[in-house]
Amino acid sequence: MAINLSLPSPEIRERRLNAILSYNGSASDLLDKSNKGEIKCLGRLYGQCSDCQEGCATSMASFVRGGAVVAHAPIGCFAGDAVRDNAGKAVSAARGLGDFNNSTICTNIQEKDTVYGGAEKLRKAIYEINKRQNPSVIFVTTSCASGIIGDDVQSVCEECADELDKTVVPISCEGFKSKVWSTGFDATFHGILKYIVKAPKKRQDDLVNIFNFEGTDTFTPLLAKLNLRTNYMVPLATKQQLEALSEAACSAQICETLATYISHGLEQEYGVPEVKAPAPYGINWTDEWLREIARLTNRTDLVEDVIAKEHERIEEDLKGLKEKLEGKSVYIIAGDAYTHNLANAVKDLGLKIAGISALHHDQKSDSDEINTLGELVKSAGEIDNFTVCNKQPYQLVKLVKKVNPDFLIIRHQGLTELGYKLGIPTIFEGDANYTVGYDGVIRLGNRLWESFITRKFIQNVAEHTTLPYTDWWLNEQDDPFYYEKGNKKA
Amino acid sequence: MSSLIEKPRFSCALAAQQTVLAIPGGIPVIHAGPGCASKAAGFAAFQSGLQGEGYAGRTHISCTNAGEKEVVFGGEKNLEQVIDGALKVLKGDLFVALSGCTAGIIGDDTAQVASTFARDGEPVVGVDTAGFKGNNYIGHELVVNAIVDQYVGKVEPSVKKGLVNLWTVVPFQDPFWRGDLEELKSLLEKLGLTVNVLFGYGSEGVAEWKEIPNAEYNILVSPWVGLEIVKHLEKKYGTPYIHYPVLPMGAKATSKFLRTIGKEVGVDEQTVEKVIKKEEKRYYDYFISFSDFVAEQRNVLPYELYVAADSTYAVGITDYLVNELGFIPYGVYVNDDPSSEKADLVKEAYKAVGEEYADTLQFQADGGLITRDIDKKLGKSKKALICGSYWERCIAKDTNNFFLHLSLPISAEIITNSSYVGYNGGLRLIEKIYSYAFNRGNLSSRTHVE
Repeated sequence: MAINLSLPSPEIRERRLNAILSYNGSASDLLDKSNKGEIKCLGRLYGQCSDCQEGCATSMASFVRGGAVVAHAPIGCFAGDAVRDNAGKAVSAARGLGDFNNSTICTNIQEKDTVYGGAEKLRKAIYEINKRQNPSVIFVTTSCASGIIGDDVQSVCEECADELDKTVVPISCEGFKSKVWSTGFDATFHGILKYIVKAPKKRQDDLVNIFNFEGTDTFTPLLAKLNLRTNYMVPLATKQQLEALSEAACSAQICETLATYISHGLEQEYGVPEVKAPAPYGINWTDEWLREIARLTNRTDLVEDVIAKEHERIEEDLKGLKEKLEGKSVYIIAGDAYTHNLANAVKDLGLKIAGISALHHDQKSDSDEINTLGELVKSAGEIDNFTVCNKQPYQLVKLVKKVNPDFLIIRHQGLTELGYKLGIPTIFEGDANYTVGYDGVIRLGNRLWESFITRKFIQNVAEHTTLPYTDWWLNEQDDPFYYEKGNKKA
Repeated sequence: MSSLIEKPRFSCALAAQQTVLAIPGGIPVIHAGPGCASKAAGFAAFQSGLQGEGYAGRTHISCTNAGEKEVVFGGEKNLEQVIDGALKVLKGDLFVALSGCTAGIIGDDTAQVASTFARDGEPVVGVDTAGFKGNNYIGHELVVNAIVDQYVGKVEPSVKKGLVNLWTVVPFQDPFWRGDLEELKSLLEKLGLTVNVLFGYGSEGVAEWKEIPNAEYNILVSPWVGLEIVKHLEKKYGTPYIHYPVLPMGAKATSKFLRTIGKEVGVDEQTVEKVIKKEEKRYYDYFISFSDFVAEQRNVLPYELYVAADSTYAVGITDYLVNELGFIPYGVYVNDDPSSEKADLVKEAYKAVGEEYADTLQFQADGGLITRDIDKKLGKSKKALICGSYWERCIAKDTNNFFLHLSLPISAEIITNSSYVGYNGGLRLIEKIYSYAFNRGNLSSRTHVE
């Protein structure tokens, strides 16, 4: 599907990718229905708080090294800024890039701005951050409030760009506009593709774009085996590095849910090939990913030897972990394609996939050639208890209790505690890079084992927890999707 | 007021969802966009000394997740459905619907929707807390007054001698609120009072809230936050209020607090003095015992004081550190954005520190300007104690000065029942501040290490 950079913002995922927020069935059934695009995004009569796209948009914009973000929003949208500053410092140190400081400012929209408009305040904020930080690029994010009052953010950005002779990138990410928070990634990537990336001056044949979050550096050693350089994007990249995204040999991502918009956009606009093999989680997917990158970078002569050596290198560790974990069951809660990554990795540890809850599901991809759910079914076989659910712990508690897994793996802030409250050894997949590659499988196994041997803490939490749900909901009502619109029972 | 904000220290009015969660059995229902409740919890429940989701917070918070459809066509129906679901799915005693920016701009009437449930006898309250209406200090007042009006309601007070309602710090936004409330309650109980603490693990929840009209006094311990609450209660139930603007930390301030409150509520002087004598004896035994350390380490201990905190904490801690521990205030930054009228109350309260220090007090909601000012004033000093947030911690780390977590955001310290309030709080502060000396490298009285 073509990416249209002439639009002010990307089409939201509900429309562009047929994204859904709710589903209950099995992996193959979801795959079949997704291929036909027949599941509707209906919503619920009762639900718990989701997350919004502004958070995702800002998470990609605010780690640009030397860049700045202006949040055109009331203060609540911006209050969590310290988390990003801290995350930037942590990842910068972990990757040996020295100190990092967030450069951000919020227009702090007030009631009077909702009446008279906030455009002047936005202009003032752009000038102010420019004065305070002299950034290389200024991203301007929007909010529900700025969107509803109708501030013309794009015009203000264009005017300021001219006046300040600086790149000012409007990112339209009003929370109410999409129910799928991942749309926010697309919003920032759209801005980067539209306003920052330049035509290549030269091709860098050994450079691989890796779209990721603030994870540790696990790709460098992996790609170095093929004499390739890792170009981590977007967190910690400079504006110059973003401009040169078009020069890379190919683009890959830790998760298709994160970055197909930009990797596909780079392919479409500048001919940078997008790696279509699933991300390198699990041994077989890492093999295939390396083979695909080797093919795109003319290194096929090297790759089989690398793969064989890597298999041999981890063999003993893997065997030890399998002896401990084989046959135990695991339940996975994560973003759409990342659930596929994790499921493909745990299968290598001999773990049984007891169930999966994806936080949303894109029924198609920006690239027609990518279908990670299809790849997972091929790789790991059928998975029962496959659901889609945008957090909603009132539903997850029923789904997980029914399956009663030995382990839970969770990749989304705020949900890990639910595993603890249920007394299940649970690990948080906070660093998305950590499970990458051959070593990633071993690390994942070790972390699961650690959660098992330290489970007394978790059991203690569970023993003293009162869940906030009624007996009716927990024990009498058996359908976790009772409140799904279209469900006749509610 | 309403400046641009870099390095934020508070959230918006909607974050007063945490005020609801601070009431045992309190369940917030949010009528806002999909990210609001989550962001408010991320800030107020986590960057507040990792307080956690508790019983029904964070991901468990009900929300309409308002989208384009609600913005265009109105979201009252959606809110009604979510409140209805919340009443069935969640176990709670009091459900408070809070609306955010989307509902606020398009004009959904949250209180009206809530009232349809209340009419059927359900414990449901509605309040407009649109993020642009103000910060979560204001949101706290809005929520409390809405609960008073819609849940406690119009009742004829039956005043109980010695019963007081305690209004003070904002739950969660004060990272030490749980310990602070325990400490203040315990102090007031020493005077023979019965205390409706209203929030926290020691509260009886809604049963206490129903008792609010029956209190003999409302006691407000804060320079300005909560004033709208006690004034409202005076108007509604005729309950007089005692406004004590300084959060008492350490012996001097706490004894003064007990004397003032004792006098106002009519506790006989002998009882008060007996309590103070006993408490001070214990306090100063501990106090003297640690002074050996200061005596020998004075060379490497700080005295230049910087405080970035809300008005309640900024005044309270500066009073203690200056008047009992000998610090000199270099910069005290009040960051909770009071109106100019309320700022005057803070200036008045700050006189407790000493009138000669009046010009060290600044009002600044733009956190980026706070850190820049501290940076500038610090110069090359290694004699500073900086009390503040994550943002000030960065300065302290960079300059190798002393640091104390005091205000949000706090993401590098676990806070459970710690409190710096009262006699015990003063001692706790001594431990925290002076132990920091050991975090700055090897400490020895024989080697002067900067």
